[in-house]
Amino acid sequence: MGDLLRIIGNGKDVPDHPVPDGLGDKDLIELYRWLVLLRSFDERAVALQRQGRIGTYALYWGEEATQAGSLYALEETDWIFPSYRQNSIGILRGVPPSVILAWWRGYGGNTGFYDTRHFRTGPICVPIGTHIPHAVGTSWAAKLRGERTASLAWFGEGATSEGDFHEAMNFASVFKTATIFFCTNNQWAISTPVSQQMATKTVAEKALAYAMPAVRVDGFDPLACWKATKDAADRGRAGGGPTLIEAFCYRIGAHGTADDPRLYRDESEAEKWKSHEPLGSMASFLERLGVLDASGAEKIRHEAKQTIIDAVTEMETTPTPGLEVIFDNVYAKNPPWMFAEGLEELRSVGQRELVKPLNAPDTQTEEEGA
Amino acid sequence: MTGSTMVEALNLALHQAMDADDRVIVLGEDVAKTGGVFRVTQGLLDRFGKDRIIDTPLAEAGIVGSAIGMAIYGLLPVVEIQFDAFVYPGFEQIVVHAARYAWRTQGQVPASIVIRIPFGGGVRAPELHSDSPEALFCHVPGLKVVCPTTPRDARDMLLAAIEDPDPVVFMEPKRIYRAGRQEVPEELPFEFGNSNGEASALLSTARTAREGSDLAILTYGSTVPLSVEAADHLAADRGIETKVVDLRSLFPLDVDAIVSAAQECGRVLVVHEAPRSGGLGAEVSSLVHERAMLDLEAPVLRVTGFDVPFPQFANEDDYIPSVDRILQGAYRVLDF
Repeated sequence: MGDLLRIIGNGKDVPDHPVPDGLGDKDLIELYRWLVLLRSFDERAVALQRQGRIGTYALYWGEEATQAGSLYALEETDWIFPSYRQNSIGILRGVPPSVILAWWRGYGGNTGFYDTRHFRTGPICVPIGTHIPHAVGTSWAAKLRGERTASLAWFGEGATSEGDFHEAMNFASVFKTATIFFCTNNQWAISTPVSQQMATKTVAEKALAYAMPAVRVDGFDPLACWKATKDAADRGRAGGGPTLIEAFCYRIGAHGTADDPRLYRDESEAEKWKSHEPLGSMASFLERLGVLDASGAEKIRHEAKQTIIDAVTEMETTPTPGLEVIFDNVYAKNPPWMFAEGLEELRSVGQRELVKPLNAPDTQTEEEGA
Repeated sequence: MTGSTMVEALNLALHQAMDADDRVIVLGEDVAKTGGVFRVTQGLLDRFGKDRIIDTPLAEAGIVGSAIGMAIYGLLPVVEIQFDAFVYPGFEQIVVHAARYAWRTQGQVPASIVIRIPFGGGVRAPELHSDSPEALFCHVPGLKVVCPTTPRDARDMLLAAIEDPDPVVFMEPKRIYRAGRQEVPEELPFEFGNSNGEASALLSTARTAREGSDLAILTYGSTVPLSVEAADHLAADRGIETKVVDLRSLFPLDVDAIVSAAQECGRVLVVHEAPRSGGLGAEVSSLVHERAMLDLEAPVLRVTGFDVPFPQFANEDDYIPSVDRILQGAYRVLDF
């Protein structure tokens, strides 16, 4: 791990490096606030799943630096494409957290949706690696239109086995698009360790095949993630082409709430990595710098918690989507004729009205008599 | 010879769309410098330059995926898939993203792309250059799937497909590419970018290729002209007048045209080149039985390709529905 870009030390044997140019005290505090907000969302979402208030959830505990750090380096006009591991990234661009929670609650229609173009934030991408070419497409289109705009896609090391990753890398390097390939190498794809995912020692070296610069950073270090992304975006927007960033870290949590890592790995290993998690190290770093003290950090954590509590209330007071939602917006224009028939079928059968079990006693008469 | 071939008509449509709206952009394998292996995109490079028509690396998922990204950005990409079966590497992008982007984004950001696919056999090509994969796309909610069979329709429907905000899989029967000519007026069929329903109609309605009221042949693509030829035989040999309906829109199907043809004729034959099981013919036949059962004098029969890989081309004429097979099917329906 000696070749990893790292800025924040551990306050003991690993020294701090200077804060990169471009980040003032306010930025550092804001970046910490972003990390905390992501963490609050994630922890609350896991709790909500355990309580049956949302469905299966893909957690990202410990990977906040790869998300907040890289996003903080981008301009608002840059496009971002999250996978499900970065599912809540939109909240850092103004998407209400309740919308993301509603998505995990299985709500379609307007409730589980944010405007991709308005926020320049792709929808949560479920199929692995398939959103990477979209980041190439937006940055390519921007280049063709003479706009200096970068695009970033987040994905895991498992996604680098997919063809879409390689096709996207190739297109980006051939057409010199301002695309940032941000790989969070957390070393686990559900139960598959990175050693079984690839024969290369690093993800970064895959960029060699595409004549693309690559950089490896400590994925637990938000400032390292920021620095690598900032350099890549600046270079890309200036016409220098794409960059592959490998943010090396560890998936401290499970793959998702339905996953039990004890089945395939020694959890004491995860426990060891836990001390690397970015919120604690960022808070200590800011304290060492004299930028944020313990009470300031506590205030930020409290505010974030409240934001998410409010979002949960909002999510839970959102009306259950109606029948018509399943037909809504499948087509932007001219829905096909069978949609009206489908809705009529649901209505005529009394969908969602209780159907009496076959052997249930007939209570109808009693009620009528009472 | 006057008039245009389908290839020329498609080429005209691309020129006209790119002329009308600078967001229209063409990408694919060998589309720019060579003008495409079928020359559909010939001349576009000289006219519009390398930023509007782009030769891409040989990677269909990358082509379709990038095009989706361009559409998210706000461009209107037209993708050429070189041959039918080459679309399979791009299938995931079409199914999981192109088809779902409007739904996923509440109609705000449909993947406004057109995927042009030359398809079908009859051109003496090697393996995987002659497939008819249209039913695969018809089974994917969120896509519109169309197939013109005349030069005029090819031009008008391609313009409509580019204008339509939804992703359109545009099937081009390559056997018809240069098979005949038709007058295609320079004048646009509708005001591009501002059509009043004309473009939608072109993407959702069938066309009557031949009038008749004794038998209806419902078909699309390369078997339309074969069905018309069979109909002419039926008229000459037995005095039977056959209505041939060119479906044009494969999803959604023009249910009114299909049902009214069945009601009018009482006897229906469905013809297509694609394999039979799970093909469009099954859907069309079901629609007729569900909605016009009491008007029928005979069950709906199908003449189609077989449930086998498209054969090596020494046998392709044995696979593609011939006029004789269509006639045999017609007699079975007529003599039931």
